[in-house]
Amino acid sequence: MLKEILKKYAKKDDQLLEILLECQAVKNDHFISKEDIIEIAEYLSIPESKVCSVLSFYTFFSDKPRGKHIIQVCKDIPCYVSSDIDVLKIMEKELGIRVNETTSNKQFTLEYTSCLGCCEAGPVMRINDKIYSHLTADKIKAILSEYRVYM
Amino acid sequence: MKEMKLVSKRFGKINPLSIDEYVKFDGYKNLKKALKMEKTEIIEEVQNAYLRGRGGAGFPAAIKMMGLAKETNIEKFIICNADEGEPGNFKDRYLMEKDPHQVLEGMIIVAYATGGTKGYIYVRGEYQKSISLLKWSIDEAKKKGFLGENILGSKFSFDIEVRSGAGSYVCGEEFALIESIEGNPGRTRVKPPFPTSVGLHGKPTLINNVETFSTIPSIIEMGGLEFAKIGTPSSTGTKLISLSGNVKNKGVFEIPFGVPIRDVIYKLGGGIENDRKIKMVQLGGACGPIIPEYMLDMVIDFERFEEFESKTGAGAIIVMDERFDLFDILLKVVRFFQHESCGKCTPCREGHIQLANLIIKFIERKATVKDIVSLESLARVIHQASLCGLGQTSPTAIISSLRYFRDDYIDRIEHPEKG
Amino acid sequence: MVNLVINNVKVAVEANTSILQAAKKYSMNIPTLCYYEDLDIKSDCRVCVVEIEGKKGLVSACSTPAAEGMVVQTNSPRVLNARKTIVELILSNHDTNCTTCVKNMKCELQSLARNLGIDENRFPSVFERCEIDDNNPAIVRNPNLCIKCGRCVDVCNNVQGTSVLAILGRGHETRVSAVFDENLSDDFCTFCGQCASVCPVGAITEKDDTDLVWRALTDPKKHVIVQVAPAVRVSLGEEVEQKIGTIVTGKMVSAMKILGFDQVFDTDFTADLTIIEEGNELIQRVTTGGTLPMMTSCCPGWISYAEQKYPDILDHISSCKSPQQMFGALAKSYYPQKKGLDPKDVFVVSVMPCTAKKYEAKREEMRVDENSPDIDVVLTTRELGKMIKQMGIDFEHLGETPFDSPFGITTGAAAIFGATGGVMEAAIRTVYEVVNKKPLESLDFKELRGLEGIKEAEVNLGGSMVKVAVAHTLSMAKILCDQVRDGTSPYAFIEIMTCPGGCIGGGGQPYGTTNKVRQERIDSIYRLDASMTLRKSHENPEVIELYKDFLKEPLGELSHQLLHTHYHDRKDR
Repeated sequence: MLKEILKKYAKKDDQLLEILLECQAVKNDHFISKEDIIEIAEYLSIPESKVCSVLSFYTFFSDKPRGKHIIQVCKDIPCYVSSDIDVLKIMEKELGIRVNETTSNKQFTLEYTSCLGCCEAGPVMRINDKIYSHLTADKIKAILSEYRVYM
Repeated sequence: MKEMKLVSKRFGKINPLSIDEYVKFDGYKNLKKALKMEKTEIIEEVQNAYLRGRGGAGFPAAIKMMGLAKETNIEKFIICNADEGEPGNFKDRYLMEKDPHQVLEGMIIVAYATGGTKGYIYVRGEYQKSISLLKWSIDEAKKKGFLGENILGSKFSFDIEVRSGAGSYVCGEEFALIESIEGNPGRTRVKPPFPTSVGLHGKPTLINNVETFSTIPSIIEMGGLEFAKIGTPSSTGTKLISLSGNVKNKGVFEIPFGVPIRDVIYKLGGGIENDRKIKMVQLGGACGPIIPEYMLDMVIDFERFEEFESKTGAGAIIVMDERFDLFDILLKVVRFFQHESCGKCTPCREGHIQLANLIIKFIERKATVKDIVSLESLARVIHQASLCGLGQTSPTAIISSLRYFRDDYIDRIEHPEKG
Repeated sequence: MVNLVINNVKVAVEANTSILQAAKKYSMNIPTLCYYEDLDIKSDCRVCVVEIEGKKGLVSACSTPAAEGMVVQTNSPRVLNARKTIVELILSNHDTNCTTCVKNMKCELQSLARNLGIDENRFPSVFERCEIDDNNPAIVRNPNLCIKCGRCVDVCNNVQGTSVLAILGRGHETRVSAVFDENLSDDFCTFCGQCASVCPVGAITEKDDTDLVWRALTDPKKHVIVQVAPAVRVSLGEEVEQKIGTIVTGKMVSAMKILGFDQVFDTDFTADLTIIEEGNELIQRVTTGGTLPMMTSCCPGWISYAEQKYPDILDHISSCKSPQQMFGALAKSYYPQKKGLDPKDVFVVSVMPCTAKKYEAKREEMRVDENSPDIDVVLTTRELGKMIKQMGIDFEHLGETPFDSPFGITTGAAAIFGATGGVMEAAIRTVYEVVNKKPLESLDFKELRGLEGIKEAEVNLGGSMVKVAVAHTLSMAKILCDQVRDGTSPYAFIEIMTCPGGCIGGGGQPYGTTNKVRQERIDSIYRLDASMTLRKSHENPEVIELYKDFLKEPLGELSHQLLHTHYHDRKDR
């Protein structure tokens, strides 16, 4: 599958981020493996250590397998002061995991994120590419059940 | 007071997916006008307008344009910095989601005036909607001849590519952004040389914020001198303010510079939710000062902010009521920068965790007078000795709090029993 | 000229001079840490920050060009406080057990803290201990000491182009690591030690084997012999407070006798031997249509590089062992035989400017007796210096002692092995005379000397003009290797040295190696060569004796058995 993705990109250094983003997005476990790194480095003719360096710098990327759905909760000030609820605590309770952990059925990974730029609609969280705002305890539960249905 | 809508005039009035609606609402009219002007004339208008960067640093846009224009390299890049990651800021998201073509139009005009050959819009990875809209708009603009080869028959060719970030606030810094586009970790570079001489792929590069580019068509429309009449002498034109926190009406408001902060909070923001009292307001974003209620008559103006040894930041106003504790907020600020620091230079890489440890001492009421001295000294060293804008602005909140909320610090030292 | 004021002193410098260099010109040394002459300016430690009138923040002196009318303060209270704070911050994330640290007294961070008068750290330690990487025979990486200056990553990526080391992570989690966060291994690292050579602290050092040597020296059952590489004699002086480039051969031998070595031999001897074997191998390939270009094989860093990245051209590399290993093979066969010793009692130490030699000595092919390595321990120049100091030897006042026989007579051709281009020049001095059956008009091939990345020469061999090339650093080697791989190489013979400047710039050499220092050591090497009576390997009487007495002929059966080797394809790990 990675080979198919790589074919779409020119063999230039500056394609690395886009390649890593796509490579990770199409995988159920949302991570970049050692084999991926070797293959991408060879395709772009860049050192493997460089791919490792980029991978470990940006928070989007993970070098360890994660869940099918990545839940990211905003921890910055605007959401903090706009909330009557502690979104992370609710999530931890609902999923039975702590932050930076993945549920045992590999469906959900819970993470913190820096400000998502939706401060007028806080508290906010992101699941994969989708942003959910004006969160309440009920809303969170409803959103989660939607994802659970489509497992 | 009312908003003054220059760059936000189309918000909610057009379908952002429709180039026809954009064109109908004065869209690409100013590009057509600019293509008939001399390139030096365009730059002169921007200079007369005294347009200053809207991303936070407030650097005069015309100087950047002149810097790029005089470079004789055949290849020159125009980059739109859409890596809006400053907590409290969401105005660029509004611009990209509600009026994407305006961003493109501004970029194309600047490229024409400076000899730019290729453009990039570097959008933070979390703004998927913006990324899609911009890509769509670029395709539409190309179909109509506003972008691409031989734009509107002018012989000027320019293309724009959208690039995604991958979760790094520091990539909003010019060189970190360039590094990121080049496929590297987002660590800044040694300066000099500066981007206008040696930038992306070693070529001359101009980087401006989304709002800065969005303002360009308005300047062409009304002329630089007219634009300069709006606002204050040091801060001309309008500014998009991202208002959030404990106000009734959160959102993006466009105001002329020179409006007092209090007016924005009460007249546009509708005042405080549940009629609570304001404890503190953070200006600009996480990199900005935290001020008390009695300072809210201060006007929004680059010069005023320089008094805080700070910049206006990107124009956020985060209102926090009396329920919130200064030190909890300061800790959140420090943790943000601790997480987002690129790690290249010592003061920023090693300093934030020490700042956090000191703040925690105040939270736990275990601090002493010596800790205030250490905190202030360390904050100043990070502020003065860091390599890039992140470290240079991250301690602003702490430094301002030491000035305006000294009593809170003293209280923590003198009353450990209250904990 | 640019005129500015630094600390109230009027200063005039050329354009494009940094404030750091400008101040130095006027005897004002601004403290630095990540800065290293000849490497890229990093500006990340921020130790060299200075105050410029009219500027709000502080700027780094290393990266800021001096400008007309600038007024600079390098020691104002603001600057001193910033500098102290920065060093305290570094120390707060560092294992500060200096007294037991391998770099104690040689550490740039320690000197800096002392010079800044830091007597307390306002910041609590946030240092978290992590594992040390010492899984290989040559290099030890201790991340607990890393200050993230980036020098090692710079040399590994930009000078060598091997990109083994990288900066991983972000913010406080920033760390210098090998690819995949793995331990260094011969799958991807050549152990060239350039990283160790530039590390300001003890985060990367060579594996210290001095204890093994002390143990052998004090073991009455062991007959301990040592060989010393050509490059060591022009560099060891720096470890014992002599001027850079001082030739200390005689005192070095005296010192080693005092340390307790039973015999002190000269690797230059086997360098001469290498020329005989390799020269004949080249002639054989040229005359019988063998694989050309032939490539030298004495540099273990280069061999590792070829095995990892260019296994398809391994057949181009000479099958000759390095002088170190040729010595080792003889030391465990010919030598005990000649001296009536049991080979098991012979303990062979070699002193090298090189860290990769520690790895080379452990290669499985380097065993005459499969139960014991030919070379028991390899010490770097720095480790020998350490032993001399441990013994309390007053080096400066030592007398001169010659090397011992039968491996003590050497030629100028062997001496120049220590410099880039030296092996090639030595080889030509012999090959020319063997093929053309007449002496060279001049023994000096100046076009093969110096610090240029790739050097070329042309030699008349039997009527044809033959091209040869020399490369040093692996990034330069890559250029020549790509040509060999493509079949476009115009050369008949190629010398590759991993380290900048050749062995005198090796990973085990005294700290502070810069291009200036390399050039001084190189100048001494060629001075040594010019001063010797014998300057051609094939005229070495002890080498001639060795063939007569033992080996019989170059490339003969015994030679192949003892002095030649083979290589491994390491590409697909």
